[in-house]
Amino acid sequence: MSNKDEYWRANIRLVMGCLVVWFVVSYGCGILLAPALNSIHILGGYPLGFWFAQQGSIYTFVVLIFFYAWRMNQLDRKFGVEED
Amino acid sequence: MSLQLMTYLVVGATFALYIFIAIKAKASTTGEFYVAGKGVHPVLNGMATGADWMSAASFISMAGLIAFKGYDASVFLMGWTGGYCLLAMLLAPYLRKYGKFTVPEFIGDRYYSNIARVVAVICLITASLTYVIGQMKGIGVAFSRFLELPFETGLVVGMVIVFIYAVLGGMKGVTYTQIAQYCVLIFAYTVPAIFISLQLTGNPIPQLGLGSTMADGSGVFLLDKLDKTLVDLGFHAYTLQKGSTLNIFMYTLSLMIGTAGLPHVITRFFTVPKVKDARSSVGWSLVFIAILYTTAPAVGAMARLNLMNTIEPEPGVSLAYADRPTWFKNWEKTGLLKFKDKNGDGKIQYVGDKKKNEMVKVDRDIMVLANPEIAGLPNWVIALVAAGGIAAALSTAAGLLLAISSAISHDILKGIFAKGMTDKQELLAGRISMGGAILVAGYFGLHPPGFAAQVVALAFGLAASSIFPALMMGIFVKRVNNIGAICGMLSGLGITLVYIFWFKGWFFIPDTNMAPNDAAHWFLGIAPEAFGSIGAMVNFAVAYSVSMITPPPPEHIQHLVEDIRVPGIIKR
Repeated sequence: MSNKDEYWRANIRLVMGCLVVWFVVSYGCGILLAPALNSIHILGGYPLGFWFAQQGSIYTFVVLIFFYAWRMNQLDRKFGVEED
Repeated sequence: MSLQLMTYLVVGATFALYIFIAIKAKASTTGEFYVAGKGVHPVLNGMATGADWMSAASFISMAGLIAFKGYDASVFLMGWTGGYCLLAMLLAPYLRKYGKFTVPEFIGDRYYSNIARVVAVICLITASLTYVIGQMKGIGVAFSRFLELPFETGLVVGMVIVFIYAVLGGMKGVTYTQIAQYCVLIFAYTVPAIFISLQLTGNPIPQLGLGSTMADGSGVFLLDKLDKTLVDLGFHAYTLQKGSTLNIFMYTLSLMIGTAGLPHVITRFFTVPKVKDARSSVGWSLVFIAILYTTAPAVGAMARLNLMNTIEPEPGVSLAYADRPTWFKNWEKTGLLKFKDKNGDGKIQYVGDKKKNEMVKVDRDIMVLANPEIAGLPNWVIALVAAGGIAAALSTAAGLLLAISSAISHDILKGIFAKGMTDKQELLAGRISMGGAILVAGYFGLHPPGFAAQVVALAFGLAASSIFPALMMGIFVKRVNNIGAICGMLSGLGITLVYIFWFKGWFFIPDTNMAPNDAAHWFLGIAPEAFGSIGAMVNFAVAYSVSMITPPPPEHIQHLVEDIRVPGIIKR
């Protein structure tokens, strides 16, 4: 298997991992599990499910994109496919 | 200084700034006109994308929706931010690597078909134009409300301003103007939020204030107090879900996919120098967007609480209509706030029971604009909010117009019908089509078909069901061919359009709908606004299965896909 295919597989693994987190914080904690999580309160008076839907998911998205960009840049170098 | 004079000054100063930047950065080549010559720093590009993305809908409308829908309005917060994850990981770096100007250009090349390119142009123009119509109306309303002009005059002034800087400046001008507009709009949004958060909770950070206790010494959490106030009056609790879970799920998905499929946002990431920059630039965009989007829930909840407390200062004690504050009277004049004394006691009863409720109309779009007045903030803050709303509407309209003009001049004219065009002619055609698009949008803005919410739904549904799947499969699934992609785009687009028209009326003509537009008649309880997600799934399924039974793409297309998957150059 060539270097470039290895790179692509590593990329797909990374994207899948990130999208699992993306799904869990928004559709999971923010929607499907929100009613159950609302009995827990954080940061003072925030019901947890409500917090995920209106605050937490957005913060996670930001972190997720920068994490992805950082890991991809590492992969680019590791497999020697970066731009000149 | 009077509010009127203050507003003229603040709005006038911001305008002078935008026009100055547009003239300074006049585009001279086609590259600069469409993508700013690929020389924009990722952080600055992120800021400009933020202004491009956050329209009058985000700035004026969203917090109002949150104020009245509470938890259920989370679909907008998650939907309009989560789409950036899809954009960063699935599209932006690859499209940047491909290195062309427009979205239809990529689709036409990847699916080696001019028909695919034309279909993509049709999707792009429909989605963008409907979106611009909404912005034009927003521009008209903002100008007429704050400069106290008639609506029509306000709209024409707005059209002229958009024309001047979008048409003359092109992408380079627009990018730098949008950076200035971002600064204006984010300052205008956060300053009143900080003031109000301090007043209510003593915490200057609205994101934390929303979770804090009230500053009145009662020790009650703000959200608990809001829930209790609303439930006592017969409304639904603010922090709890009201609609169906499936609908909320699909609605969020549709907005997310639509976000990643809207051509004017995708095009932004063609303007950064490197693939590496495309990845981080999406992150920076979301940082700048998140500042407003995490403030909006606080603005919504606090505005609702202030409104309730104004009308019912003590539990069980209603405000007498004769004692209503000035902002109440001002908004009554616009017809967006209406009171009807049903029981004839001269007091205002604002309750959940429709029969007894005397606040017969509280338009949710007035909340952000009225919020500083309700909280009694100084005039300069109110003037600032006016300038911010106008900046949001103008910047988005300009970005969308650019996407439309490049689709017509670059994809249809130069790409297919007039291949021998010089750069200069192409630039001229781009400017003429932009002028044409402004006139069309202005016409619909002057004669609004009365479907603001449907317009937004259509724009997102279209982008989600047609453009996003074609782009994503073009990168990730080598086997998808020309016939598959065309069938996929047309079926996804078609089913979404039919579903929307079925409940909203054919081409939005009133009374032509085939079934009443309510949850009982919707397919599985999914609202027309949420149906773009189903359309996208249909697109994926059709494109894949049709491709499997037709010949695979030729070898050079397979090489093209392999090339865009890596940032560097592949040696063969």
